[in-house]
Amino acid sequence: MNATDRPLLRVERLTKRYGERFACQDVSFDLWPGEVMGVVGESGSGKTTLLNCLSARLGPDGGRVLYNTRHQGMRDIYETSEAERRLLMRTDWGLVHQNPRDGLRLAVSAGANIGERLMAVGARHYGEIRQAATDWLGRVEIDEARIDDLPRAFSGGMQQRLQIARNLVTRPRIVFMDEPTGGLDVSVQARLLDLLRELVASLGLSVVVVTHDLAVVRLLAHRLMVMRQGRVVESGLTDQVLDDPQHAYTQLLVSSVLQA
Amino acid sequence: MSGLAIEVNGLGKTFRLHTQGDVEIQVFRGLDFAVRFGECVALHGPSGCGKSTLLRALYANYAAGEGSIRVRHRDGWVDMVAAEPRAILDVRRHTMGYVSQFLRVIPRVPALEIVAEPLRVRGVDPADARRHAGDLLARLNIPERLWSLAPATFSGGEQQRVNIARGFIAPMPILLLDEPTAALDATNRAIVAELILERKAAGTAIVGIFHDAEIRNRVCDRTFAIEPFKVAA
Ligand SMILES: Nc1ncnc2c1ncn2[C@@H]1O[C@H](COP(=O)(O)OP(=O)(O)OP(=O)(O)O)[C@@H](O)[C@H]1O
Ligand SMILES: [Mg+2]
Repeated sequence: MNATDRPLLRVERLTKRYGERFACQDVSFDLWPGEVMGVVGESGSGKTTLLNCLSARLGPDGGRVLYNTRHQGMRDIYETSEAERRLLMRTDWGLVHQNPRDGLRLAVSAGANIGERLMAVGARHYGEIRQAATDWLGRVEIDEARIDDLPRAFSGGMQQRLQIARNLVTRPRIVFMDEPTGGLDVSVQARLLDLLRELVASLGLSVVVVTHDLAVVRLLAHRLMVMRQGRVVESGLTDQVLDDPQHAYTQLLVSSVLQA
Repeated sequence: MSGLAIEVNGLGKTFRLHTQGDVEIQVFRGLDFAVRFGECVALHGPSGCGKSTLLRALYANYAAGEGSIRVRHRDGWVDMVAAEPRAILDVRRHTMGYVSQFLRVIPRVPALEIVAEPLRVRGVDPADARRHAGDLLARLNIPERLWSLAPATFSGGEQQRVNIARGFIAPMPILLLDEPTAALDATNRAIVAELILERKAAGTAIVGIFHDAEIRNRVCDRTFAIEPFKVAA
């Protein structure tokens, strides 16, 4: 069976509660290889909880997350062993945090931040690791001369680009992103978005990107899921959901955006 | 190629504006029409009758509420009303091009790349795609010094020509055109008419909105009038 005949990720009726409150409820979707799915909704609508459940960091209260593994087909990620899950996190999955400080090690150099991920999947040759780090700094538009600098000395935009390089260097199959452009200046955002668009397309990555910024999903996402109070109220092709929203909440969301 | 390219059956569209007192805008209902390869059909009717809405529905940019839009794609048919996003995106990548009325600019991306993109996503070598994009921009009289700039600062007519180049660069079997010549001078209008005629001769099925009667008469084989919405008896 061809890899593209099956979704990479299958989410079935995923539910997570905090006490009495549903943080996400009955969420189901398939994500296919090379597909970028955006998740939008106001703060508190359950986006980050969903992302945490999908990326094996927060066990759900109900439902399943199935991942199409390289060798064993579809596996429920919460039924695999802790060791298997950790291996998947290192090899197959990437995770881009909203705050780059959560995804980087600030006390080691930029080069080491990238190289470390490679070493975690078995790379040992110093020259090759350094070369890969240099290449990736270039790909995310960071001057190679900064390879030995600490990320602490970088601007927010540079830190975010470094975090992306650290994630992509191991060629993951799926990347989870939580507000990747949040907290950045508008001009820095545009550059980062353009870079992400290019990288995602050229690497054929599958992505789930959570954001409250509709411009981000317009540029990045093939498909869109709109969440409200933990539930999916609408989903579909990104430009269709944004240009012809059906649900009252989506209409409100779209009409509330100031046209620049 | 002279078979059916698009077959529309019982198509209806109503907008429900939930945030504005649940107002319903009933645009059209029960539309049936078909378009063959090598044929250009003009959508016709007064302002607000739903020409752009219909074109957007064909591209699945708007969700049709009822009916079907069957499109010839690869070796089969795809219903743009019911298909999954990835199937629709495959149609847009390989079968159906759409020239919207206004260019949606992407920050930082130069005109040449915007035009080359539809070729690149089909797997054409980036250098070849760029060369082809340059040829088309030159033909549409966009001076070379603008190619490396993002079109945000371009004039309306320049942006529209970039948009047209982007829509025409890939050999799509079906093309949708929303007033492609509205912001253009006579010279550039004539060039766009030539481009359309070339595509038609190559077997492309074209559906368009053309306010300019001269262009319409020159490129279109027939018109399809959108009837005003009638409430069912
Ligand atoms: N996204 C939308 N949401 C709500 N209503 C819409 C939307 N798009 C179009 N309409 C409405 O649908 C009707 C048809 O509009 P449309 O733009 O299709 O007309 P048109 O025939 O293309 O007109 P023109 O010749 O002026 O361009 C109008 O009443 C318009 O207000
Ligand atoms: Mg119109």
